[in-house]
Amino acid sequence: MESPLIEFKDVTKRFGAKSVLERVNLQIYEGQVTTIIGLSGSGKSVLLKHIIGLIEPDEGTILFKGKPLSEMKKSESAANLAQISYMFQDNALFDSMTVYENIALPLRETTNLSKAKIDQRVMARIEQTELKDAAHKYPSELSGGMQKRAALARALVTDPRIVLFDEPTSGQDPVRKNAILGMIAQYQRKFGFTAILVSHEIPDVYFISNRILALYERSIVFQGSPEELENFDHPFKEEVIRSLEGLQKELTGLYSKRQFKVMHHVQLKQTTSGATYCVAVFSLDDLDIIRAGAGHDAAQVAIRSLGSYIDKHFGAIGGFSTRRRSNEFVTVLPYSDLKEAESILKDFAKDFQERGIHDIRAGARKRTTSAGGVEFTVLAGIAQGQPVADIDSVIDAAKTQQKEIARLRYDGRRYSR
Amino acid sequence: MALDADSQNSKAGWQIGRLWSGPFAVIGRAAIIWVDNLGASAIFLLLAFLKIFRSKQLIKIVQQIYYIGARSTMIIMLVSFFTGMVLGLQSYHALVKFGAQGALGTLVALTLVRELGPVLTAIMIAARAGSAITAEIGIQRISEQIDALDTMRIDPLRYLISPRITASIISFPLLTALFDLVGIIGGYVSSVLLLGANASTYVYRVQTSMDMKDITDGLIKSIVFAVIVSTVCCYQGYFTHMRTDSHGAQAVGLSTTSAVVLSCVLILVSDYVVTSLLI
Repeated sequence: MESPLIEFKDVTKRFGAKSVLERVNLQIYEGQVTTIIGLSGSGKSVLLKHIIGLIEPDEGTILFKGKPLSEMKKSESAANLAQISYMFQDNALFDSMTVYENIALPLRETTNLSKAKIDQRVMARIEQTELKDAAHKYPSELSGGMQKRAALARALVTDPRIVLFDEPTSGQDPVRKNAILGMIAQYQRKFGFTAILVSHEIPDVYFISNRILALYERSIVFQGSPEELENFDHPFKEEVIRSLEGLQKELTGLYSKRQFKVMHHVQLKQTTSGATYCVAVFSLDDLDIIRAGAGHDAAQVAIRSLGSYIDKHFGAIGGFSTRRRSNEFVTVLPYSDLKEAESILKDFAKDFQERGIHDIRAGARKRTTSAGGVEFTVLAGIAQGQPVADIDSVIDAAKTQQKEIARLRYDGRRYSR
Repeated sequence: MALDADSQNSKAGWQIGRLWSGPFAVIGRAAIIWVDNLGASAIFLLLAFLKIFRSKQLIKIVQQIYYIGARSTMIIMLVSFFTGMVLGLQSYHALVKFGAQGALGTLVALTLVRELGPVLTAIMIAARAGSAITAEIGIQRISEQIDALDTMRIDPLRYLISPRITASIISFPLLTALFDLVGIIGGYVSSVLLLGANASTYVYRVQTSMDMKDITDGLIKSIVFAVIVSTVCCYQGYFTHMRTDSHGAQAVGLSTTSAVVLSCVLILVSDYVVTSLLI
């Protein structure tokens, strides 16, 4: 088993008489995206601040690469902390500095880089976070989303090995929330840093997380993959996840994975023996290329548009859908056979190609950096299943049947289909 | 019954004892907090002072000299001019009764250089720049900007506090010298130009009555006041989040008030102490 990068052993923290963390045990592994979920005020941010040394535990040990932080020499501890960046919940941007100056600050103050080198690195981050027009504005002149991106750019400008994100999507609209999560996931893959998020954006964070840590009643009650969390039987799931899950509809208008499974289960019970149902799988192809070329917002707009058109066409005939992966949707058509499903899919493809693609255009118009333009390609596949069959095998069968049903190409000036 | 009576007597005795000791306990607690803060301020000053000589400090110090010093110039000139005028006016009317108006220049110059210059300059800067320092650092504290510096491995004491203390130590004596000069001119305007005192006598007395010790004593005082004002104002802002009487924006407001009031009181207290040591 891989040894953890950061480990908490029986960490307890109290503020006065109030206990915030009680014998917390957790492991965080290198190169992964780990998300700490829990209700507001449950101590998630306090937990995160222990990692970067802003708060020290009253009891217990925090280990960094197997060595207790409390036993490290000051220089060793400083060297470890130097690898960590922190993005604050309220951004903590310096309001008397421009966006450029805020992002350049850690480089100016902690490195001996030349002015030209600093400028190059800062401008690269500004472009990556789509802040070029706001570079010389003050934080108070920016929208909440732009301030978030400025804070993200500042956190990434030193090329850290570990980045801590304290509620990076708080106060954002659904598209922007997913855009920021997508941005974190993309940068994490690109730069290979270890990302630790505090969030209650369930289930959006599942799409980008390798591991989930559940903080409930002052302790970590679950550590594992998002898939393992689905089967986790604990009051946490009832009280926390179900209360937060409703947010998912904000972006796509579709059911959460859990609701989707429940509906599928209920549907199976009602189905008479020998009856069949159909499953359709939709994908937005090459999402990373779209993000790089058209920006994170445009990618999320495309996902939202696809979700709402799926709901519009398939919901009307009793179908129910969920977002399975960041770029993949699954729809169950409980009352349709293969022929009928294909016919509805044809109508869907025609409508989406003619009208649904307008939203994508609007999103892409804002920014296209890719020299060769950006292509939005939607794939779809249908398979027929029987109630006795495992739904995952039907989904896999539908995926193998996927073919292109809609395409939009945008080269920065004009569109072509 | 006897036990009950004993118990009630003992309880009553305890309550009387508590009534008597209550005020002492309050004073004792306040004294402990005061000594605690004094010690913390001294350590705060020492740590900030040691970080003055780190790299990349010069630009920040120059910026702070501009904010604390240069931008206080006009208000210092205005206050000193009218202080000098009032001093000239009052002194002229007092001295003329004894036929000693020839000593007018001496009185105005020595009063300004030895006492009023350093004290009023420090109070004016505490009110103008000191309050701004506390409010700025306080807001940076409550909006987690200081925590952000920590996470970026930028020492907040080096980045925020040291330049302000250094800039104050440089600015206070310069502004005090300006105060003295403009005050003497104010005294000249009121006593010579408006009341008709002899101009040559005024200038001659100003020149001859002051020696170098008067000037250096005044400047030493201004340096002491600079350290006090900058430390108090930075300390109050830096630990705004530790206030137990308020939170958030209200804490910043109270810290700012405390900083200015405490600075003014400490200026006057230390003025007596330093004067008694120098005289």
